[in-house]
Amino acid sequence: MSKANEAQVGGARVKRGMAEMLKGGVIMDVVNVEQAKIAEDAGAVAVMALERVPADIRAQGGVSRMSDPDMIEAIQAAVSIPVMAKVRIGHFAEAQILQTLNVDYIDESEVLTPADYEHHIDKWNFTIPFVCGATNLGEALRRISEGAAMIRSKGEAGTGDVSNATTHMRKIGGEIRRLSSLREDELYVAAKELQAPYALVKEVAETGKLPVVLFTAGGIATPADAAMMMQLGADGVFIGSGIFKSGDAAKRAAACVKATTFYTDPKVVADASRGLGEAMVGINVADIPVPHRLAERGW
Amino acid sequence: MNVGVLALQGDFREHISALGDCGVTGKLVKTAADIAAIDALIIPGGESTTISKLAKAFGLFDLISKRISEGMPTYGSCAGMILVAKTILDPASDQDTFGGIDMEVRRNAFGRQTESFEVDLDFKTISGAPIRGVFIRAPWVESHGSQVEILSSVEISGVQHPVAVRQGSVLATAFHPELTGDNRVHRYFLEDVCKK
Repeated sequence: MSKANEAQVGGARVKRGMAEMLKGGVIMDVVNVEQAKIAEDAGAVAVMALERVPADIRAQGGVSRMSDPDMIEAIQAAVSIPVMAKVRIGHFAEAQILQTLNVDYIDESEVLTPADYEHHIDKWNFTIPFVCGATNLGEALRRISEGAAMIRSKGEAGTGDVSNATTHMRKIGGEIRRLSSLREDELYVAAKELQAPYALVKEVAETGKLPVVLFTAGGIATPADAAMMMQLGADGVFIGSGIFKSGDAAKRAAACVKATTFYTDPKVVADASRGLGEAMVGINVADIPVPHRLAERGW
Repeated sequence: MNVGVLALQGDFREHISALGDCGVTGKLVKTAADIAAIDALIIPGGESTTISKLAKAFGLFDLISKRISEGMPTYGSCAGMILVAKTILDPASDQDTFGGIDMEVRRNAFGRQTESFEVDLDFKTISGAPIRGVFIRAPWVESHGSQVEILSSVEISGVQHPVAVRQGSVLATAFHPELTGDNRVHRYFLEDVCKK
């Protein structure tokens, strides 16, 4: 028998392993207890507790920060699935706070206003795992080298326009496939070009995948969007504004969960797509002036 | 023998890969037809509430329950342990289990993710080096019937909490051997639990 006091907490395997358990699932943004319960009942694998969904952050503007601890704790008390919460890029003190609250995952997120335009958080310093966004392979590997235990491809959050998520999933997937095709002596220059650590580049070239779970996020609003992202190689999806900014949130949430599991079966996705009511109205990414595009935050 | 891995959600690919290391080609199980075609089942780690809801939504729940009660060899890790328990101490709303082992489990028994841990375990039926137990928001067995064999436990403040159990053809672990590359628990399932 083993004693728990010999246990090792906060190692890379339990951090990355936590994300492995979320695979094939949908993580939903929620702003209150009622939404969190709807998400859990619909079969979400986790919820992201935040004060404003990205669509409202975009509409209302201003500086967007970590959520109130009372709000996060109320959601933790209401559901038994994992609860995630966001901190601003580089804001390690917000992350320290979330760690004391015992949230299950921290999202160092470009959806909030960045706190540091040079450095991301040194995520190895925490026992709690982090997920970070990436638009390309180099960015993903830089985040992993800082200790991220999960990556989500960035889309353009709060728009309901899936095109940026598509671009970034294809980009990351394409760069991984390219690495796998290179000769071993070409990986040094590849690492230089990706601006990523050589050891991680070599690992990706050998295994043909990221060393951590890859979800996708940003602009996903329908079961078909979820199915498309899964077919493009996502391990699972984040849905932010897409559910609770739509007509029948409970039904849409359950439909997106089904489509994410049965993404290879168009008939199931078709059935899930019936009678969902109005989808979020949405904004075309092309109509958003470049300085207001969230996916371009992070470096 | 056709060994299936329930592939509704969770780390089913890691179980397929562990089976592959044991020389067995696992089949992903998502539909009623898939269930009819297997002789043994692995229920992976994941979110037990999600897996249970999807199983109900697609009409798999009663089929799996029935097969397990008829003696189909079954192994559940973490969420899978919860799903083969007779009862859950603290279920989410309308969360049911397939059953298979006469036990009550406590979900997230060790705490939230910051308490997730790794530890070396003695495993009754596996000799040699200890099994590295990876516990992620893991359950433990709160109470169990006399037919349940305890294979491994973790001690906290002098109290033993069972984390690997077997009753007849059903095996369950609160930890994730599929994440470690050590396939001895899978071999035990294939070579012992499935053969009885």
